[in-house]
Amino acid sequence: MTGQLVLAADPMLAGDIGQVEVLLTLAKVVVAFAFLLVAVMLMIWFERKLLGGMHQRFGPTIAGPFGVLQTMADGIKLFFKEDLVPDRSDRFVFKLAPYLSLIPAFLAFAIVPLGGDFNSRAGEVEWWGRITYLQVADPPVGILLFLAMSSVAVYGVMLAGWASGSKYPLLGSVRASAQMVSYEAALGLAVASIVLVTGGLSTHDMVVAQAAEGYFGIIPRWNIIVTGLVPFIVFAIAGTAELNRPPFDLVEAEQELVGGFHTEYSSIRFALFFLAEFMNTITMSAVIVTLFLGGPSGPALVSEIGGFGIAWAWGVVWFFIKLFVLLFCFVWMRATLPRFRYDQLMNLGWKLLIPVALGWFLFLVALEVGRDRGWNTMAVTLVTLVTFGLAGLLLAQAVRRGRRSGDHSGGGSGETAARADEPVGKEA
Amino acid sequence: MAEAVFAVAAVLMLAGAIGVVASRNPVHAALFLVQTLVGVALLFILNDAHFLAAVQVVVYAGAIVILFLFVIMLLGVDKAEELRVEPIFGQRPLAAVIGAALAAVLGTVILTTADVLSGIRQSGGERALDGEATDIERMGRVLFGEFAFAVEITAALLTIAVVGAVVLTRRAARSDGAAPAGSGGG
Repeated sequence: MTGQLVLAADPMLAGDIGQVEVLLTLAKVVVAFAFLLVAVMLMIWFERKLLGGMHQRFGPTIAGPFGVLQTMADGIKLFFKEDLVPDRSDRFVFKLAPYLSLIPAFLAFAIVPLGGDFNSRAGEVEWWGRITYLQVADPPVGILLFLAMSSVAVYGVMLAGWASGSKYPLLGSVRASAQMVSYEAALGLAVASIVLVTGGLSTHDMVVAQAAEGYFGIIPRWNIIVTGLVPFIVFAIAGTAELNRPPFDLVEAEQELVGGFHTEYSSIRFALFFLAEFMNTITMSAVIVTLFLGGPSGPALVSEIGGFGIAWAWGVVWFFIKLFVLLFCFVWMRATLPRFRYDQLMNLGWKLLIPVALGWFLFLVALEVGRDRGWNTMAVTLVTLVTFGLAGLLLAQAVRRGRRSGDHSGGGSGETAARADEPVGKEA
Repeated sequence: MAEAVFAVAAVLMLAGAIGVVASRNPVHAALFLVQTLVGVALLFILNDAHFLAAVQVVVYAGAIVILFLFVIMLLGVDKAEELRVEPIFGQRPLAAVIGAALAAVLGTVILTTADVLSGIRQSGGERALDGEATDIERMGRVLFGEFAFAVEITAALLTIAVVGAVVLTRRAARSDGAAPAGSGGG
């Protein structure tokens, strides 16, 4: 045993841990928790209102100004409804599943840097004589914690469907877990590109790296630019699929599966799933902001008011602006795009996103090695792109041939493929 | 602190391990397995192997047990098993013998090796993951330096296994227009 646990790279926790440190950590946890809950409430309202606007209708209007209290009213209603547990369900797992959905959403949020002055102090703030970061935890595994939590979240969905002891929830949950496991690979490969350019896993270090001097004085050094846009697109698509949000919401395709994995859930347990879904959306957006959009870094326009330093607060402001833009895009996608078919979903994940993410990652690796060895960057780029172009053509050819020999039966091949590709058993 | 974490992890793991063997429902057994794996991850963190802990959760809990659950659900064996009939003749006595042998080996190791119970490390030499650099850096250097060849061979082996599985399970479509049954999409 080493005796001393290294739980975080946060400078506050490096030395002796006393009362102030414990209280500060507790305060951070409580603030992050409260923020997430309030944000979810507002997000649900925002999504309904925005969807309403995009659909040429009003959305919620009655409860509170602009209907902003609608979510609270819904929450209270759900809380007081009867809690049903189906007769054929596996009672313990049925009750466990909503928490397995909700808790990872909270935990993943802990690694997101929420604010701080990244221009001159590398995100450190000094409160009560303690130097710390404005994030709940900065574990050494950093972004891997997010990936681990998103793989744990699969259990919530999978077990909910299974424990219901009913056909449609089981189908929904098998779909969901297949989808989430498939897209996790692409998600991980996109994250690998970021880890490569940062040279570490810590989310704090990622933001510090992105806060550095940009190009031509105006273009920021955000990873979306440094890694060349492709990992960002892959991550955004895979992230949406991971969230089971439209256009990837086959999990709860109403026409086919009633309500999907949570069909049998009612009352507060249903509310927990609902909460987890929106919380995951917010967490995912926050992680995208951290990984690709510079996190809370940005210029501090007014660094102090009356001798009291507020430079750290600008980090919070920038973070929220970026978060808001992403959340808007998520709702926008939901209002615009129709749902994918199951075979399209699997094709997109396995035959497009994963090869592209892997190829781009190797390209970035080649650039990095070239820089290290002093090779000509243009030559490296050219050679790598040509190689990957050829490999891509080969892959496309292989896929095309495979498909041709797979269903040369002809006639409604798309529909047949959809049936064949669906790894859903006949038995419940 | 370290002792407390170890105690919690040990209780988690032992309870999980007993649960895996004792529960009659395969899905419950799989969930107990997850509990054990999380306990192992805790022990990794206790030993400063943060990366291994994260990978333990991502790979074992996130992929392998999910795959178990998938198979359990797809095969429809997610009901409590009929345990009165022995599936393979002689299986149970044999299991008892092998279990006793394993227990004997482990017991011998624990009892004959000094300081195993006290947790003090035997070798005075530097271990691969000791030192200033983070565990990820050290592990990367060891894996892709000293053991690069083994890593490459393993990667090739896994790729061949995947390709082999696809080739074996893929059936050519019949000409009568029926969909090929059970060809996996992912």
